[in-house]
Amino acid sequence: MTTAALPFDLTEDSHADYLRAQSGVRSWLNTRDHKRIALMFLGAVNLSLLLGGVFALLVRLELLTPERTLMSASTYNRMFTLHGIVMVFMFMIPSIPTVFGNFLLPLMLGAKDVAFPRLNLASFYVYVFGSVLTLWSMIAGGADMGWTFYAPYSTTSPAAVAPVGLGVFVLGLSSIMTGLNFIVTVHTMRAKNLRWHKMPLFVWSIYATSIIQVLATPVLGMSLLLVAVDRLFQLGIFDPTLGGDPVLFQHLFWFYSHPAVYIMILPAMGVISEVVCTFSHRPPASYRAIAYSSLGIAFVGFLTWGHHMFVAGISVLDSGLFGILSMFVAIFSAIKVLTWTATLRRGSISFETPMLYFFWFLFLFVFGGMTGVAVATSSLDVHWHDTYFVVAHFHFIMVGGTLTAYLGALHYWFPKLFGRCYSERWGMVSSITVFTGFFFTFMPQFLLGNAGMPRRYYSYPEQYQWLNVLSTAGASILTAGLVSTVVYLAVALARGPRASQNPWSSRSYEWLSASPPPQHNFLEQPDFERSPYDYHLPEPSAPGAAPHASEPAHSPGE
Amino acid sequence: MNEILRRILFLPPQSSTIAPQIDALHYAVILTTMAGSALVALAALVFVIRYRHRPATPIPLAPDPATERGTRRVEVAGASLLLGLFVLFWVIGFRQFVQLESPPANALTIQVTAKQWMWTFAYPNGRGSKGVLYVPAGRPVRLSMTSRDVIHSFYVPEFRVKKDVLPGRTTELWFEAREPGNSSVYCAEYCGEGHSTMRARVVALNDADYALAIERLPPLELDLPGPVYREPALAGIAPPERLSLAQMGERVATEKGCMRCHTVDGTPHIGPTWLGMFGSLVPLSNGRQTVADAAYLTDSMMDPRALIHRGYAPVMPSYQGLLSAPETGAILEYLRALARPPATTVNAAEQAPLVPADAPPIRLPNELQAADAGAAQETP
Repeated sequence: MTTAALPFDLTEDSHADYLRAQSGVRSWLNTRDHKRIALMFLGAVNLSLLLGGVFALLVRLELLTPERTLMSASTYNRMFTLHGIVMVFMFMIPSIPTVFGNFLLPLMLGAKDVAFPRLNLASFYVYVFGSVLTLWSMIAGGADMGWTFYAPYSTTSPAAVAPVGLGVFVLGLSSIMTGLNFIVTVHTMRAKNLRWHKMPLFVWSIYATSIIQVLATPVLGMSLLLVAVDRLFQLGIFDPTLGGDPVLFQHLFWFYSHPAVYIMILPAMGVISEVVCTFSHRPPASYRAIAYSSLGIAFVGFLTWGHHMFVAGISVLDSGLFGILSMFVAIFSAIKVLTWTATLRRGSISFETPMLYFFWFLFLFVFGGMTGVAVATSSLDVHWHDTYFVVAHFHFIMVGGTLTAYLGALHYWFPKLFGRCYSERWGMVSSITVFTGFFFTFMPQFLLGNAGMPRRYYSYPEQYQWLNVLSTAGASILTAGLVSTVVYLAVALARGPRASQNPWSSRSYEWLSASPPPQHNFLEQPDFERSPYDYHLPEPSAPGAAPHASEPAHSPGE
Repeated sequence: MNEILRRILFLPPQSSTIAPQIDALHYAVILTTMAGSALVALAALVFVIRYRHRPATPIPLAPDPATERGTRRVEVAGASLLLGLFVLFWVIGFRQFVQLESPPANALTIQVTAKQWMWTFAYPNGRGSKGVLYVPAGRPVRLSMTSRDVIHSFYVPEFRVKKDVLPGRTTELWFEAREPGNSSVYCAEYCGEGHSTMRARVVALNDADYALAIERLPPLELDLPGPVYREPALAGIAPPERLSLAQMGERVATEKGCMRCHTVDGTPHIGPTWLGMFGSLVPLSNGRQTVADAAYLTDSMMDPRALIHRGYAPVMPSYQGLLSAPETGAILEYLRALARPPATTVNAAEQAPLVPADAPPIRLPNELQAADAGAAQETP
């Protein structure tokens, strides 16, 4: 074991954990510490989740009855638009990369920080600015074009499309800044001896995500700018009355937005890969299968956008090609699922809240993913396209996947982030509630789609009512689960027992640092010769003891 | 079996000829994938119980290359099996998709116009209906669709068909209703405040009822100067003769100046002749050729310089904004009528049965006016 000294002074200050190293509001707002930026993002994306959740609940409440329940049609249209935009651009895309990617990437690479700490802080403020701009549109009259901005509706709608478009454009900028930062960090900031094939799998998935963010997001920005100039200057790019082509917009939009679903799900897969190894106490069944399939998804994900347009009037040949390419993406996901399942085999599996979330993820991802194969089958998609089946499909796989992995990550790394333990019992109960609610929200929507109920319907024929009521009931259970999660995590934050450095007995590098980590991550450079999954070896001794080791450390569940 | 699965999956009745085929694939795909998913979930559950952590569990063994190879083999086999299965789904699904996209040659064509938030239908006899689409059962029907404003999508769940309806373009969809009966039409592409009220009905009728039904409809309202009637040969002797949709198209084409450059007798002029053009292979100036279908012809009206007919100068102006959606449909119907030898088509259309002399103008059925008012209709 080599214990190289770090190239900076170990002052008293740097011994203190990052939460206490400095104090005062300014020390947070001006921080360049990736861990503090991660926590600021945590607060911000949780706010977005809350906001998007409130819009979702309003949508579900309106759908309790076939005709007007709470609000007018135009309010309803604004609500589902805001729900989609807030959840996609302000919660799911930034959630895992900006919070856990930011916090963990340097820890997992043995670095002091990300490559560009100032850019990292800037990306937070850009995110906040973009979010404020997006939400401002609510006051400025609302936007009702759905999160997909389809032209020519978006270029002619009387609502405030432009500010929302601009807000999403700015959010995209933040996404690009984060992605760029992470790519450079992975390439240049790895500790000595840390080779690519020894990086924790979470790093691979964040790396693949960052590539998509950097390559695809500019196309979204471009399309939204074109929509804006089409509206403002009547250029006629997408508006057919001016000679534009509305289908071109769909191509450009999905060229970003299909890869964007992998921006959402790849980090989730990274979390799941870490959780399954830690709680099975064994290495992944195949490290390379998981690492390379992330890159495979990132690559093939760029070539499948047309499967959103099977009935949009694209050629039969295009539909065929996009159909088969979509099947290939499914294979990469299947490889991951098989590898995670095989990892459980011959493990020594302990079952705590993060592991429960692993199970919900697996369930939603496998079943939701298989319905993805079904909708990629072109003739079946003709019936399902733009119905609730598609809504249920992407909520299962993309939202369910991201949300369960995000919650799993929050529970798994909570002791590392805050040095506190939450109540395992409340964790389990809330996790089961969240899943039950989620399942009953979206399972009926698959059947609604089969029955032919189109999405974005404010009023609907009466035969669809009881399934809608069931779905709304599920949404209430889901809300209860999320609220209770917020409550017990807040309690743990204030009064939870101190966490030990490595409460789950993980071998991954981030657990070699104290909980919470010191300001510069490691007091002594840990050994990156060993693999982050060497569960057959005895647990390495902690090179940097926790600064508050005097207090007795608890592990969760006690 | 079909009926049981259909009900379990909440699928609507199979009212078109293609619906049972599509549902058969639906069952196969859903049952296979759900069984596969259940297998994975079950395996995970078994592993969690079988390999649960016990306090006395020794430190797991070092990774064993032999076991790893075994696992890898299982994974490769599993992934290959899945790939084979997915490709099979794709092959069958794509064949069906091609079928969905290929209307039979003998299909009856009805023009569909979508606007916020109403469906209107124009029949070959020049009559129109709003909110209710009459079709003959047991005959393939092709819908030639365009939109007056934003994108809509024509969706009949009972038929398992759907197609976006675009402004400035013509898209097509076909189906064959199996039996007389009602089916619901939904707009499936979000189109604004009234999106969810943009519903209509397909009423499939047997041939005789269909002929009667469309004969009783009011004439299509086109924005043409003068009545869409042919002048009676001798005033007072015969009732005014209503124009067929193709004849309306001829009238529109004349009014809008198409005939200054195009002929209908086969002689090329400033532009190519319309005689026999519909459905033919058109040589293009870029060296390729294309089928002159409704989509190409609509594009050629709205964006004439995109694909130029070889041998003609690119001098045609765009008709974007100058031709309304129903007028475009009428011209297409005229072109379609000119596709075949004129003696059998245009003249036949002219000789189409007239409204019986004693038939009073029949009002629309009540539900049509309800649809007119934009009211939502219950689905049967």
